[in-house]
Amino acid sequence: MSWYAPRHLDEALALLAEHPGLIPIAGGTDVMVDGNAGAAGREYLSLAGVAGLRGVRETPAGLVIGALTTMTEIGRHPLVCRDLPALAASARATGAVAIQNRATLGGNIMNASPAADNPPVLLAYGALVVLMSAAGPRRVPYARFHSGYKETGRRPGEILGEILVPFPPLRAHHYFRKVGTRRAQSISKVGLAALLAGRPGAWECVRFGFASIAATPILACALAATITDTDHGLPRDEELAEALGRDIAARDDIRSTADYRRRVAMNLVREALAPWRLQGGFDASN
Amino acid sequence: MHEDDTFGAPPVQESPLRKDGTGKVRGTARYVADLSYPGMLHGATLRTRLPGGTVVSIMFDERIPWREYVVVTAKDVPGVNAVKMIDQDQPVLVETQFRHAGEPVVLIAHQDPEALARAVAAIHIEERACTTAPVFTIDDALQAGTRRIVAGNVYRDYLMVKGSVTDAEADTCHVFEGEYQTGAQEHLYIEPQGMIARVEDNVLTVEGSLQCPYYVHAALVAVTALPEERVRVQQCTTGGAFGGKEEYPSHIACHAALLTLKAGGRPVALIYRRSEDMAVTPKRHPSRSRVRLGATSDGRLRFIDIDFAIDGGAYLTLSPVVLSRGVIHAAGPYRCDNVRVRGRAVATNHPPFGAFRGFGAPQSIFALEVALDGLARALGIAPDVLRARNVLAPGDVSPAGQKIEGPLDMQRVIAQALEACRYHDKAEAYHRWNAAGRATRKGIGLATFYHGAGFTGNGELTLRSRAGLRVNAAGVVEILTSTTEMGQGMQTTLSWIVAEALRIPYEGVCMARPDTRDVPNSGPTVASRTCMVVGAILAQAAHKLIARLRADAALPSSYSYDEFRAACARLPTADGVTTVMADYRHPAGNDWDESTFQGSPYASFAWACYVAEVEIDTMTGEVRVLDFTAVQEVGRVIHPTVAAGQIEGGVVQGIGYALFEEVRFGADGQMANNRVTNYIIPTSADIPPIQVLFQESRHGAGPGGAAGIGELPMDGPAPAIINAINAALGTELRHVPAMPEHILAAMDRRTP
Repeated sequence: MSWYAPRHLDEALALLAEHPGLIPIAGGTDVMVDGNAGAAGREYLSLAGVAGLRGVRETPAGLVIGALTTMTEIGRHPLVCRDLPALAASARATGAVAIQNRATLGGNIMNASPAADNPPVLLAYGALVVLMSAAGPRRVPYARFHSGYKETGRRPGEILGEILVPFPPLRAHHYFRKVGTRRAQSISKVGLAALLAGRPGAWECVRFGFASIAATPILACALAATITDTDHGLPRDEELAEALGRDIAARDDIRSTADYRRRVAMNLVREALAPWRLQGGFDASN
Repeated sequence: MHEDDTFGAPPVQESPLRKDGTGKVRGTARYVADLSYPGMLHGATLRTRLPGGTVVSIMFDERIPWREYVVVTAKDVPGVNAVKMIDQDQPVLVETQFRHAGEPVVLIAHQDPEALARAVAAIHIEERACTTAPVFTIDDALQAGTRRIVAGNVYRDYLMVKGSVTDAEADTCHVFEGEYQTGAQEHLYIEPQGMIARVEDNVLTVEGSLQCPYYVHAALVAVTALPEERVRVQQCTTGGAFGGKEEYPSHIACHAALLTLKAGGRPVALIYRRSEDMAVTPKRHPSRSRVRLGATSDGRLRFIDIDFAIDGGAYLTLSPVVLSRGVIHAAGPYRCDNVRVRGRAVATNHPPFGAFRGFGAPQSIFALEVALDGLARALGIAPDVLRARNVLAPGDVSPAGQKIEGPLDMQRVIAQALEACRYHDKAEAYHRWNAAGRATRKGIGLATFYHGAGFTGNGELTLRSRAGLRVNAAGVVEILTSTTEMGQGMQTTLSWIVAEALRIPYEGVCMARPDTRDVPNSGPTVASRTCMVVGAILAQAAHKLIARLRADAALPSSYSYDEFRAACARLPTADGVTTVMADYRHPAGNDWDESTFQGSPYASFAWACYVAEVEIDTMTGEVRVLDFTAVQEVGRVIHPTVAAGQIEGGVVQGIGYALFEEVRFGADGQMANNRVTNYIIPTSADIPPIQVLFQESRHGAGPGGAAGIGELPMDGPAPAIINAINAALGTELRHVPAMPEHILAAMDRRTP
């Protein structure tokens, strides 16, 4: 096993250019779970010591979150808690406290699990990811980043550097819920994050990001279109379910059934839309 | 009632520190995986992959320098190639025929774990499948025309009969019927299983994580054909067991021993990883019960008719005794003149199921207690009233024919449980909550039950357990027993019993390491028997020691601790220590007829009423236990913290059994979700406040009237929780684990 521990991004990118087979590792909370993490021949690029990729800063357009920022930092960060409460919530729902102290947002994205807790929120928030390489940074809308099961659009020689999250509309409903069998430390059976602003006929923002109901974290575009295309009120439940059915590809697996996932996904959508159904709108002061 | 009235007076109000606590908290306790010896080899096990079949050949890739390795197959077994248990049907290593996936075929060891991994990948076991499909469920196994593993696929078929169900049926008003199922359950002890074997001074020495040193010893003697005195077994600090280390450590010990014997005595460590442990070691028996209850319209039980079956897996192992305990507990602590319980242990192609806290009783008690709620609904009688109307009282005769004697009073247990949780107020409040049309529903449910302590029937007579005390000139008293500490607090409880009997401070008592060369056979550490059976033997030994000190060392009739120690120093000895031994005494009148299942199956029972309160999210089917109340009559509490810890831990394990822990089997019949990420046990976030209350009527056969409590708390949570969910939702859930998927489906099945 080999271990490279650069201190600067340039150094890390140079190492990666030289050894394209290096496995990037940040907090290690996914990599180390693999029983063969220490096997002979494995070569790791430890990013933990790389300066400048950790922390949250504010720009006129939104928040910039360094890929090495930990779940604990995100869950408690005043800017995140103020502007992106669903991300603070998903960070606090990721693993156990000890895991949150090490696990990074970048790692959660790059591990590319369809069940990851934070990607649905980043999808709902319309985030962009910034990939660094010797050729310079490259911005990719996060909704286009996951290309297949456990696959990403990362190119050889690239390191995920930052995540840009635009400010949500002022009077928006931020929704996050993770459904696992137990209340903590579970891998989700269904996860939903939603960012909803406006009202029927005049929606400013309708985005639903899901975990665990397809091969990748997904943005439910058909569902959103059905809602925004309805001028008066919300679509009927059957219409929502039909649209959601086109978005998702739920499967039976060791953790749950396709039927349960479809049903709970729909129930969560209804819960996210409840403010409009019950009161005709979402009141941010609520 | 214990005969010695001076015992245990005044009642213990304090809870001294655990004997094993400091080492575990500070990290100095040594588990088997912490140990290492110079030149130690690491072992691995290669297994069958098909659910039954024949091993055709074993191929060793030529690119591996095999001379560097120790390789063991069935032909290297010097003694009997069978794991010594109730039967001898299970091979230590497969020769040709096998019954399930995961059976050991080849053992291999090397000093370098990486070289070991390379060799494991270079051994190929060619298997031929059986011509018939494997059987994985009780009903498939019992159906005609399916694959036969043993005759009729039935290991044991027991019948417990009292009165006549047929006669009672003729004039009964109401009959309620239902079929109930319980799933397998994984122990998930913190420490995976493991053993280190070596030959030291011409003695085969095996140490590791285990519950029953003498079971392992007997298995090693049989497989190695060595004389008993040339085999030695030692327990290492053991990180949890719950029954899971009753039987399987014998397998690993035999494997490690075969490797070390072939390696000329070099130490060999065989430590399982979590995934291997979960895939191959035994789990709780799945069960299926068909229950028929007959009652008068005012809710008096006229008959109880139960067809109970457990899945034993591919070999007999401990299934007969799991079955007999399940059968005896199946009719519950209820007064009923007409009882018929048929119990069968069935053979399937799963790896064998085995001992797990409760040992058959949680399965059959679940069925009866959930059926009783079904009967209560059918009769329009409140579940607590139905139970109070039927529960056994002093003077009654139990379904097994045992006369119930005072002073214990189950009515008092039920009354305290209902009062402690404010049962009737809560039931009313939850009814109002549910009527309000919120996103959740709430419910309250209960279970009443008892659990027999000690080996079933004549088991304790057969065991003839022995334990003793050793005292040196400094007056330090050492307990000699093969009873093992596995986290349950045994060292603390037994030390307290001995200190109390000797009237010396708790700090003056310590434990000898369970080592078959040093301690006598006190029987296995199972069956809620430690406090009651071994505790009573040690109390006897203490009385013998006092008698010896009085006779030989002039101990005054009333003495201080200093006088005790001075007397110890005066004891005439050859080697500086004095040892006294005591043997098990069977309580008079406790006879049991195994052929009719009538008599006194257990010397004492602990009695309990548990109440669960739940909230169900109707969007997701997720259940949260809001509150839990556990009231039990245990005879006497020896150590309040240890006793409460046993109850709390059992309740948590029961919550997992009811709601979270689903063993998923793959197409090969082995556990497929054999990782802690996919086999879900409750975390502290899922655990409600647990109110633990004891009643102590001193009715037990143990020291000061104590009964056993280790398994009791495993019995009640699952039925109480399912009854609470059914009360909240109006569903008819009849199985555990009740996963959110099942709960949503059960809500769909409701008739409006």
